Amino acid sequence: MNRTQPLVLGIESSCDETGVGLVRGTTLLTNTVSSSMDEHVRFGGVIPEIASRAHLDAFVPTLEQALSQAGVTLDDVDAIAVTSGPGLAGALMVGVCAAKALAVATGKPLYAINHLVAHVGVGLLDGKDGNAPELPGNLGALLVSGGHTEILKINSITDDVVLLGSTIDDAAGEAYDKVARILGLGYPGGPAIDKMARTGNPKAIRFPRGLSQPKYMGTAEEPGPHRYDWSFSGLKTAVARCVEQFEARGQEVPVADIAAAFQEAVVDVISSKAVLACREQGIKDVLLGGGVAANSRLRELTRQRCSSAGITLHVPPLDLCTDNGAMVAALGAQLVMAGIEPSGISFAPDSSLPVTSVSLPA
Amino acid sequence: MLILAIDTSAVASAALVSDDVLEGVVASFSTEDTRSHAEVLAPGIDNMLAAAGVTGSGIDALVVGVGPGPFTGLRSGIATARTLSFVWGKPLHGLMSLDAVALEVAESTAAVPEFLVVTDARRKEVYWARYTLAEGQLPQLEDGPHVGFAADLPDLPAFGAGAGLYEDTLKAVPDFALEQPDALYLGQFALARLAAGNGLLDSTPLYLRESDAQVPGPRKRAL
Ligand SMILES: [Zn+2]
Repeated sequence: MNRTQPLVLGIESSCDETGVGLVRGTTLLTNTVSSSMDEHVRFGGVIPEIASRAHLDAFVPTLEQALSQAGVTLDDVDAIAVTSGPGLAGALMVGVCAAKALAVATGKPLYAINHLVAHVGVGLLDGKDGNAPELPGNLGALLVSGGHTEILKINSITDDVVLLGSTIDDAAGEAYDKVARILGLGYPGGPAIDKMARTGNPKAIRFPRGLSQPKYMGTAEEPGPHRYDWSFSGLKTAVARCVEQFEARGQEVPVADIAAAFQEAVVDVISSKAVLACREQGIKDVLLGGGVAANSRLRELTRQRCSSAGITLHVPPLDLCTDNGAMVAALGAQLVMAGIEPSGISFAPDSSLPVTSVSLPA
Repeated sequence: MLILAIDTSAVASAALVSDDVLEGVVASFSTEDTRSHAEVLAPGIDNMLAAAGVTGSGIDALVVGVGPGPFTGLRSGIATARTLSFVWGKPLHGLMSLDAVALEVAESTAAVPEFLVVTDARRKEVYWARYTLAEGQLPQLEDGPHVGFAADLPDLPAFGAGAGLYEDTLKAVPDFALEQPDALYLGQFALARLAAGNGLLDSTPLYLRESDAQVPGPRKRAL
């Protein structure tokens, strides 16, 4: 196997995007994504069974398109990488079975990799200058999407990643979807609320910031049980109650103000806890990943707070922040270059794979 | 003609069948487990090919059971078969999975002129189909596949693990009370149909049930 500039094919199917990406070393060759998002619109959220059915039909066409866009054949590929978790069980299963079949049919080594760490992997792809970024020591990653809300510390991207904090209930993107439904703004909720919030007053209403009370936070010396964790289910309930109160009084619901105040509550608590975790854990660089990285207010407030704390915020191109196969290939290539052994073809997908498992051992 | 057949509608199984060898079977494997397809299927196929000394270039066509069966397991086999077919550049055909049990019935001493094949659909329901059998012919699918309650099925001898599960309600045939669709019989059925000039299905899964997703109604106003 070529371990210096390996050509790696990455497969992603953990949620509603079927992704196939090709990376050579740290160079992105192609990032092909087929999304079933349109099929979920009328349900107001991702329906796992619909996503799984869509993965099955999208996989081979997406693979074919990725190979032709990159101008390579399967013979040229040095290794295959696939998301084996965390994610929706039935959705993961399709990508994993397809990846294993690809490994059987081609005889190429297969790496079963962690989706969350793969979000960090895109940060290692060549920048606009054509050079691979130097991976800073003390790197953190803030991942915010419809499926996850986490802050990670990356000691070594190939074998030492620590989860500092995460949501204990809904993901931030899920909260956006649910609130967008309450406000009648449609799906996906992130862009709809972001747009509506621009015309509202975020200070008109104050919504709760979950898990920010002293009993959860504790102190730096004696951390509480959820110092770096988030919770968004109470916020969603608070929005619903607020809307009901306006309706009960026969008043018009100030949708723009509620959207702005909700968004402010989400981005305030995400960015403040992320920066707190970075400060206390000696993190100097933090990478933003996940679909909610597209949210303008989250980027703005996080950047502002990071720079006040002397932390550099890195935001990859947005099409690489959402779920895709290139991030899987990028992490796969790092594993190959680090001399890590492949996972074989007997592993099981794991919908709650912990970040401490960057790749599965054979 | 050498066919690689795969079925994951109930258990995971795969077989290499050929019209060139006695009994038609080159190699086969199956699991008893109905929930670990993603782990066992690829290694099972890999080992089977290696043991038989067969590579992708030696295979003429693939056949996959398209169900009905529990969704996640069913997709494991179809995703595998479609990918192998793409990489090897070999044609892929589909067969209704219950046909595998029907052929096994036809080749057994328990064969009767009209019967049901029944498998477990979980949630207290079964997948089923009705077949007729004429002397020296392949079993003929007359009705189905359907999903429903065992109590609502036609009153005929019932073969398969779904019949065994509801033996109080159905005329379950004891020798077949644990029988699951097996790629071995699916492959043989495919060879026989192709030899007779009959077509096969494509690899579209027969889910028979919708995704269960509910379109949320309008939010109730607080007045
Ligand atoms: Zn993701």
